[in-house]
Amino acid sequence: MADPMKIRASIVGDKVVVKILMAHEMETGQRKDSAGKTIPAWFIQNVTATHNGKTVLSAQWGPAVSKNPFLEFRFSGGKAGEKVIVTWTDNKGDKRTDEATIT
Amino acid sequence: MNQSRRKLLQASGGATVMALAASAGVFNSGNLHAEEWNKAAFDTKTLQDTVKAFGGAAATESKDITITSPDIAENGAVVPVSVSSKLGKTEAISILVEKNPNALSAAFDIPSGTEPFVSTRVKMGQTSNVYALVKADGKYFFATKEIKVTLGGCGG
Repeated sequence: MADPMKIRASIVGDKVVVKILMAHEMETGQRKDSAGKTIPAWFIQNVTATHNGKTVLSAQWGPAVSKNPFLEFRFSGGKAGEKVIVTWTDNKGDKRTDEATIT
Repeated sequence: MNQSRRKLLQASGGATVMALAASAGVFNSGNLHAEEWNKAAFDTKTLQDTVKAFGGAAATESKDITITSPDIAENGAVVPVSVSSKLGKTEAISILVEKNPNALSAAFDIPSGTEPFVSTRVKMGQTSNVYALVKADGKYFFATKEIKVTLGGCGG
């Protein structure tokens, strides 16, 4: 099971700024280990963020996103105390969902 | 006696088939999820091919797209890239690195209500042009910026 995400959702002006830090290896499938064997690709493929049941961002990622991925986006219509829920799925089918309260 | 043994064998044989079918079903649902991931687009090597994999015709350069990143990245494994678009009806933003093994790094869908802006970090194998591909009102636009890399982020 993967480590939890760090999510911060804060109101700046009339927008909610969401910053997410995920814990994931993001192995490209290009690297080789010390024995010369290719390390299989292992990376987050889908990321979805929802607020009040509405998707506010969805993403598809390739292995070229950095290890322990960082993501920032902004949406309008959020109020303090409401929740932002973020889910990712990797190419091995592993899944992680975390939420943050808008401040 | 023999007869009942035969029946038992048949029954257990059937159960095995059922179990196989069930596990195959699980496997299929796993594949179903993977279909949400546009493999064709992530296998492309160039901007034009990526646009085609997304179902577009061609992308035009636009000054309304801004790429914010360092001009020189010391560590190619972690290159911060932000993209914002002033194009009306921006629906999607993608980040591509021209000289990576596969160009497309990340693709974002921007629903209405979400600002046409994303910020993330990507890996770069070497100094390369970085493209921001934006889908706005059904058409594709791009902006480009060269980022110099002093230490590669792929391989090694």
